[in-house]
Amino acid sequence: MAKITAGIGCSHVPAIGAAFDQGLTQDPYWSPLFAGYPGGQEWMRKHKPDVAIIVYNDHGSAITLENIPTFAIGVADEFQPADEGWGPRKVPVVKGHSALAWHLAETLIINEFDMCVMNKLDVDHGLTIPMNITCGVVDEWPFAVIPIAVNVVMFPVPSGDRCWRLGEIIRQAVEAFPEDLNVVVFGTGGMSHQIHGERSGMINSKFDRAFLDDLTRNPQRLRKIKHEEYVRDSGAEGIEMVMWMAMRGALGKNVREVYRHYHVPASNTAAALIIMETEDEKKAAKKAAAKKVVKKVVKKVVEKAKAVKKKAGSRVPVKVKAVTKKAVGKATGKARAITKKAVGKASGKVKAATKKAGKIVGRIKSAAKLVKSIAGKKKAKR
Amino acid sequence: MDYKEIQALKAKFEEVPGTYLFNADRCRQGYWLNMFCSSMAKDENRKAFLADEQGYLDTRFPKLTSDQRRCVLERDWLGMIKNGANIYYMSKFGATLGRSFQYMAGEMTGQGQDNYRAMMMDGGRVVKGNQSKKDNKGKVLCVSNKSGKDFSKEG
Repeated sequence: MAKITAGIGCSHVPAIGAAFDQGLTQDPYWSPLFAGYPGGQEWMRKHKPDVAIIVYNDHGSAITLENIPTFAIGVADEFQPADEGWGPRKVPVVKGHSALAWHLAETLIINEFDMCVMNKLDVDHGLTIPMNITCGVVDEWPFAVIPIAVNVVMFPVPSGDRCWRLGEIIRQAVEAFPEDLNVVVFGTGGMSHQIHGERSGMINSKFDRAFLDDLTRNPQRLRKIKHEEYVRDSGAEGIEMVMWMAMRGALGKNVREVYRHYHVPASNTAAALIIMETEDEKKAAKKAAAKKVVKKVVKKVVEKAKAVKKKAGSRVPVKVKAVTKKAVGKATGKARAITKKAVGKASGKVKAATKKAGKIVGRIKSAAKLVKSIAGKKKAKR
Repeated sequence: MDYKEIQALKAKFEEVPGTYLFNADRCRQGYWLNMFCSSMAKDENRKAFLADEQGYLDTRFPKLTSDQRRCVLERDWLGMIKNGANIYYMSKFGATLGRSFQYMAGEMTGQGQDNYRAMMMDGGRVVKGNQSKKDNKGKVLCVSNKSGKDFSKEG
């Protein structure tokens, strides 16, 4: 069966493409941005996806004002690079995956996403630049591509939440496809930027970083961001971030961030690359159970430590208080570290971690005893 | 959302300074202007336009308003936006003249490309004071995020 294994959020600034095409990636202006890309490319080489579903927007290149589909899907066998006024970029032809693309189109339409089906679609920088960023300059792209174009040019554009739900159906469709395929999903565009009017050049790194953080920490918050907020706070063209929501919606509940790069400026824009891997649901469930157990133990340890501190605090002189504090601090810190480690390594080791945490409780008890005895001796001296 | 609510939502976007959201109204207003820009995505059209700008507009885009026409001929980038152009379409026209997004931004903001670029290198334009026309009497601040320097005037 086909499976969505990762999601990639990636800006698609045209000037990044120009830097690739003109060999300027080591130029002082560009090098800090490009320094963050080899890591992503290495991940891509190891991950070896068969197909990338790329949620992007056309910038009036192949889709003009004559026809403005809100959601469109490319089902062709190949897609040519579009002419955006400079002549087409000299990048390889983008190969499609027609069978999966048609299956996606069917599933989406049956689930009430009324897609515009594109048998011909030239792809512009919105699609090819994220491919360069994650694959480098290549003779042939290493995976097939299914373009999904979202209208983010003419308002009203679809909401972030609508895009998220589109992503959910994408996931449903991929998981039902009988061929064994390693599928990744791109959300492209962003981050904060405005490129028209007197407010051009506005950058909101605080907004961007919170957005990147919450892709894993609190994606439900991101679903609720309204158009007004995007436009006001991240710049009029920052609205492109709704396409990242389609990507995130396609990843399911359990994801972990494996790579991130963020840089200002790329021409007029804050540029980011983030990679998240999806987790097997059974594995994730085990992890969650482990987390729960360890959390319980940690709570117990902390409570115990607090009790010791409280008891000691009322009758013990200053020096002894410091000793107690140190002992308690050390013990709870260790317990936390064990939890972290246990959760990271997943299920099997929970028991061991629990045992270790139990030992720490023991240590705290003995620390408490020590405190008591010191306090006792001091009293006796008096 | 009913008619009134939709108009109210659109009005909300107009409260953002220095911003001309490409909505249905601007799409209708700027249709021919954007279609002209769009035509610049073909090499033969670029050549035809550059060979005879007025002739190209007269024969191919007679429905441009006189002000839209003036903006094209005078390279009035902000004027085009105010006449319903969308930046992505405008970029095709810009590319025809060898002009980047950054150049057009420098022109639209009145800061000039070099000065605008310097502001971007200094962390970009600030958010605070630029979120509502009420913040600064409709004027856009040209202060940078990093050092807080004012880049409103060249030099």
